[in-house]
Amino acid sequence: MTIASSAQLICFTVLSAVVAIGALGVVLLPNIVYSAFLLGGVFLSVAGLYLLLNASFVAAAQVLVYVGAVNVLILFAIMLVNKKEDLSAIPGLGVRRLLSGAVCAGLFALLLRVAFTTPWATPGPEPVGEEATIRIGEHLFSDYLLPFELASVLLLMAMIGAIVLARRDVLTADIATGEPADQGLIEKSRTPLLLEKTN
Amino acid sequence: MNLELPTTVPLQAYLALAAILFCTGVWGLINSRNAVRVLMSIELMLNAVNINLMAFSSYLDGQLIRGQVFTIFVITVAAAEAAVGLAILLSLYRNRETVDMERFNLLRW
Repeated sequence: MTIASSAQLICFTVLSAVVAIGALGVVLLPNIVYSAFLLGGVFLSVAGLYLLLNASFVAAAQVLVYVGAVNVLILFAIMLVNKKEDLSAIPGLGVRRLLSGAVCAGLFALLLRVAFTTPWATPGPEPVGEEATIRIGEHLFSDYLLPFELASVLLLMAMIGAIVLARRDVLTADIATGEPADQGLIEKSRTPLLLEKTN
Repeated sequence: MNLELPTTVPLQAYLALAAILFCTGVWGLINSRNAVRVLMSIELMLNAVNINLMAFSSYLDGQLIRGQVFTIFVITVAAAEAAVGLAILLSLYRNRETVDMERFNLLRW
């Protein structure tokens, strides 16, 4: 075993341990702020795994998009909606957790069986290694040109849709009554529109 | 089955890691009460799929690396999904004043 291969093994072991434990923490930790920061750690470790697979461009995209955009967006959402509320107890919650855990364990066993019994055609063709970025560029501007352009349309639609969904009404007066409209922040208390009739 | 340590990371190790990540995400998706945590679980599942695509691209499709192109598209769609999902969450929070998934039941019978 050479130094390079053992270093690769050690890196993979450490990164996958961080990914697995971090994912469990994201799901199980009671404080959601810790979950969000752990999620950033998981994203960074996944980017490290991509570097191990010789995919520097995808690793950079992972860091920029997931850690830089998605994780920050999630943190902002937590800051906007993080109200301490005691969740009402649900009957049969423990049974539900156990049952769904059993289903997920079964899915995990199935996936592992597929992964370890399928005769994968490894080793495949020689990996391109450092030329991966050039190949991705060639793909994006030749045979994947249509999905590439559609992705830009999708991003535009998502951006406009997010703005329309998340913005507050900017009218200064209520149309029906003529009274000044409430321009406060989300945290400010006001009469909610669709509260349940029970409380 | 030989129990010796392999000299390189096998493809199955990546697949097993992705399976762990995906199942954790599914469990969190089902059991989370907080709506933000549900969105985080979805991101975990998308990352598991990305790891699978990248591993297959590197081990089985080393010359054309179509898996990496797919991963780029999945990352794009995941970013759009996160933006729209969190906007929906904010809108829900404004109207219901809660993030409890059990109380988002307006469309239930």
